Amino acid sequence: MMNIRNYVRVQRLEEAYELNQSRRNRIIGGMLWMKMGKGSIQTAIDLCDLGLDTIEETEEQFSIGAMVTLRQLELHPGLNDYTQGAMAAAVRDIVGVQFRNLATVGGSIWGRFGFSDVLTQLLAMDSYVELYKGGLVSLEEFATRKHDNDILVRLIVKKQPGQFVYQAMRNQRTDFPVLTCAVSRMEGQYRAVIGARPNRAVVLRDEKHLLDGGITPESAAAFAEFVAQNVPTGSNLRGSAAYRTHLAGVLTQRGILELGGRS
Amino acid sequence: MEIKLNLNGRTVTDHIDAGLLLIDFLRDHGCLSVKRGCETSNCGLCTVLMDGKPILSCSMLAARADGHSIQTLEGLQEEAADFVGFIADQGADQCGFCNPGFVMNTIALLREIPDPTDDEIRAYLAGNLCRCSGYDGQLRGIRSYLNSRKG
Amino acid sequence: MEQRQYKTVGKSVRKKDSMQLLLGKPVYTQDVVPDNALVVKILRSPHPNAIVREINTTAARKVPDVVGIYTWEDVPQTRFAIAGQTYPEPSPYDRLIIDRHVRFVGDVVAIIAAETEQAAEKAKKLIKVKYDLLEPVLDFRKAKDNATLVHPEEDWFPPCQVGGDNKRNLVASGQEEHGDVDGVMASCDIVLDRTYHTKAFNQAMMETFRTYTDMDRYGRLHVVSSTQIVFHARRILSRALGIPKSRIRVEKPRIGGGFGAKQTAVCEVYPAFVTLKTGRPAMLIYTREESQIAGSPRHEMEIRVRLGASKDGKIRVLDLYTLSNSGAYGEHGPTTVGLSGHKSIPLYTGSLEAFRFGYDVVYTNLQAAGAYRGYGATQGIFALETTVNELAEQLGMDPTVLRDRNMVKEGMVMPAYYGEVANACALDRCMAHCRDMFGWEEKYPVRDMGNGKVRCAGVAMAMQGSCISSLDVGSATVKLSDDGTYNLIIGAADMGTGCDTILAQMVAECMDCSVEDVAVFGADTDVSPYDSGSYASSTTYITGKAVEKASTDLKKQICTIGAQMMGCTEEEVVFESTRVRRVNTDQTVSLQDISYKAQLFNDQVAQATATHTSPVSPPPYMVGMVEIELDKLTGLVTILDFMAVVDCGIPINPALSRIQTEGGLVQGIGHTLMENVTYDAKGRPMESSFMQYKLPTRLDMGKLRVEFEHSYEPTGPFGAKSIGEIVINTPAPAIAHAIYRATGVWHRELPITPEKVAMTKPE
Repeated sequence: MMNIRNYVRVQRLEEAYELNQSRRNRIIGGMLWMKMGKGSIQTAIDLCDLGLDTIEETEEQFSIGAMVTLRQLELHPGLNDYTQGAMAAAVRDIVGVQFRNLATVGGSIWGRFGFSDVLTQLLAMDSYVELYKGGLVSLEEFATRKHDNDILVRLIVKKQPGQFVYQAMRNQRTDFPVLTCAVSRMEGQYRAVIGARPNRAVVLRDEKHLLDGGITPESAAAFAEFVAQNVPTGSNLRGSAAYRTHLAGVLTQRGILELGGRS
Repeated sequence: MEIKLNLNGRTVTDHIDAGLLLIDFLRDHGCLSVKRGCETSNCGLCTVLMDGKPILSCSMLAARADGHSIQTLEGLQEEAADFVGFIADQGADQCGFCNPGFVMNTIALLREIPDPTDDEIRAYLAGNLCRCSGYDGQLRGIRSYLNSRKG
Repeated sequence: MEQRQYKTVGKSVRKKDSMQLLLGKPVYTQDVVPDNALVVKILRSPHPNAIVREINTTAARKVPDVVGIYTWEDVPQTRFAIAGQTYPEPSPYDRLIIDRHVRFVGDVVAIIAAETEQAAEKAKKLIKVKYDLLEPVLDFRKAKDNATLVHPEEDWFPPCQVGGDNKRNLVASGQEEHGDVDGVMASCDIVLDRTYHTKAFNQAMMETFRTYTDMDRYGRLHVVSSTQIVFHARRILSRALGIPKSRIRVEKPRIGGGFGAKQTAVCEVYPAFVTLKTGRPAMLIYTREESQIAGSPRHEMEIRVRLGASKDGKIRVLDLYTLSNSGAYGEHGPTTVGLSGHKSIPLYTGSLEAFRFGYDVVYTNLQAAGAYRGYGATQGIFALETTVNELAEQLGMDPTVLRDRNMVKEGMVMPAYYGEVANACALDRCMAHCRDMFGWEEKYPVRDMGNGKVRCAGVAMAMQGSCISSLDVGSATVKLSDDGTYNLIIGAADMGTGCDTILAQMVAECMDCSVEDVAVFGADTDVSPYDSGSYASSTTYITGKAVEKASTDLKKQICTIGAQMMGCTEEEVVFESTRVRRVNTDQTVSLQDISYKAQLFNDQVAQATATHTSPVSPPPYMVGMVEIELDKLTGLVTILDFMAVVDCGIPINPALSRIQTEGGLVQGIGHTLMENVTYDAKGRPMESSFMQYKLPTRLDMGKLRVEFEHSYEPTGPFGAKSIGEIVINTPAPAIAHAIYRATGVWHRELPITPEKVAMTKPE
């Protein structure tokens, strides 16, 4: 268990930012991952008083506060309407309701965990993170960055009209995934996002224009083949690289075919 | 540091270490129904309600509960007694160690979805592990309670 | 079959502790620990095989609130076993409280006692240990006669001769043969020779190992422990600590699950040692990690099956060899292995002409194994039942029909089961019933569901025992309380299964009263009559019979007092539930009046204790059938329907028997599909938490259906046999069978993960 010396509920983002400049201090999200650490934290910085626990929906976008829980994502009608349920599908197998009531979007995204279902699905959408100092950064870019001392304030999802399908393979229903796969089509552009490779999710686009002629069993298979060949995979307790590569193809193909069925 | 919260309807003020987990705070305050079954947020035994929502008390700092309302099974005896007899009729309580967390989450379920389907029950309670019962008896118990309510 | 009508036996009454448990009352070990108890923590070895060269506790002792730190230099040097078994134990005496030689990652290096958990943890980090590293034995297939000895010590001692030899890394070995195995095998039309591998699955009961100890008001060591074996625990503590049994009292409160794990005194000795050293109350609560890496899981086994059959489907000969991995210590090693043969081979008594069963149990530098529900039978049945399914597929026969032709039937003598007679055996009816209810004809064929998914079914049979024959002892005291109700006092341990309740049902049946009128207490070595404890599926069958006997005796005593009150002889009165009546008259005295009389100018005892043992261990039997949907592309296996039909004799409490079955099935499903046990190259366990060791959730188990086929066991209480263990045995072979049907691949190693299903191509 992590040792925490002080706890501060900051009242302003600036206060959080200043505290966060010390390497010994940490911003806490849901604390589900952090609490298993063995190290020591001088000051735990809690953003829970900053009103960042709401999802605001406008005509153009969703603005999702860093302290919004995964359970809120799961239940939000607008988000699930927009994603045809893919948002809920992406989070509903994460441990349990009680866990998802604690786990925060900010924690999930900031952590950029390899196993993250949330990151996988959000990368399939037109998503951005709003950093306190760094401003708006595309999630795809943010996902490749190293951890720094900035603060993730919100997640912005632009409502680009599109279709989304989320799938994950799990050895046990509420376990970490062996592989995650989100596919999307926004304004004719396809993405396949593969996570739990076991490393951080990556976005693959149809750069070979395999799907330009529309989704057919053949084109879906070709794109799936492309994804499988281009996703770097590795091995851990939950699966080998070869199995993950295999799954990347299977899930992508199924996801794309499902998208095809929607048009 | 000092925290003040509403615990099972009573205001409780205490000096705590910043790193104290809510589960340990609750057990220190006599809420012995709250059990620890793992260190990795996987088992659901420590489930309590914060502002009415089920959470894992093993994974939250007690400090974060400052200013909030926490309910444990000690504070919801009547609401629990309403349905747990049906689970007892199935023999599904078994060793009982997972029961408080399971009962608390079932309370949350029934408040949120008063007339759940079997699939909704399974999904909502998926985070509550039980090694004894094989789960079906718990489901039968909840189902027969729901049926009894319909008369 | 004999069918009898009972009033209370056979009824689904609530468990006596149900409402306490469901309402979260403080009834477990940790809930009764006083605030001033010392917190005990254990420093564990990071190496699988090493000698502690130097251990420096100076800095650790300076941590405020640290009360004591104990190392190998501080403990008694008498070796002992922590297996909860009747003396003299088959398990070797191979442990010390702290051994300078550490033998697995997680072995005990030091015991820390402090006022607070924080202080104990801090001190733990400050203990400096220098190890001399030794080559570990990590592959159990290479353990026998390995150059590295796990137990080289000269004072290694086997209380029973079970073929063990510490100079060969052997915990036990043996072989038995009946008939001309090689001769029959040579004359068979078809011989299958297959090898299976099962893992050291963890019981993963929700309450981890834990013990509280203090010195009681008489200056005796008082132990409150989450244990299935209060009497064995007392004996183990006495030997380990070097104090007389008369100075120890062991009791159990409610237990948060055991499944055999708590048939071993995994943690009792450490806080007890602290209390003896300090005179202070002490508590040790294992973390989930400790329970996972330093508990007492199932024995990993490799089982070779040679099966010989005729081409018309007669199973003529079986030859099993089991290699069992006992890990670093020998608990239950010599006994679990026996069940891999003794509780699999007899299933085919119907046609078997000869059998051989041989085994070796070896030491390795991995977590020590112990007792887990099924106790070796689970492993043996997976191996044998899978081989029989393969035979059916090779012969093109329906596997249920193949079993009809070969299975053990009522009245048969079972040479592979100590020559016992199957007095009560409804296995044939279980098969017919299961086939019918499950819809075997429709579900067995492979059905293509499209999109890479197929549905199909698998089947397996199982057996177990109902006690350890000619060994287990169960006792019960039944006494008349002063309002005409009863107290039942037992030494068996209800670990959630409901044995307190089913034994009370038996008292109620005998005394013709309601279950509410029977208060139960158990278990406490100072109070309870002797009982081996709750294991080997024995509580219903052995302790139940003791309850029946004690009730019968008490009834006589009540009649004696009643007769005295009515001024007649005992022969002239009859017991009638709430009263005693003088025959052929209207003269009666109420039970309540008798109970008051028993306390007034009375020299007639109104309390009976009876003890029971059995020369036989009647097997329960069952059939399990599973329907799965298998995704050939991802390898995901979804259980759709698991149907079990069980012959446990007469179920004393059908609701509890059903729950036992459902719980066992789900554990079995977990072992088959998702629970894994692996070690890295340095012998470190990988599945050391619930994050990595994945138990089935309620989304992983599909629909369960359980039914019973009654038989009447003449030696059991009210015709009952056992239920607790057998129920874990059918999922692995039935699911492996269904997976073969879907994929053409026989998976002979557990667990069968989605990756294996998807990535293994047919031979």
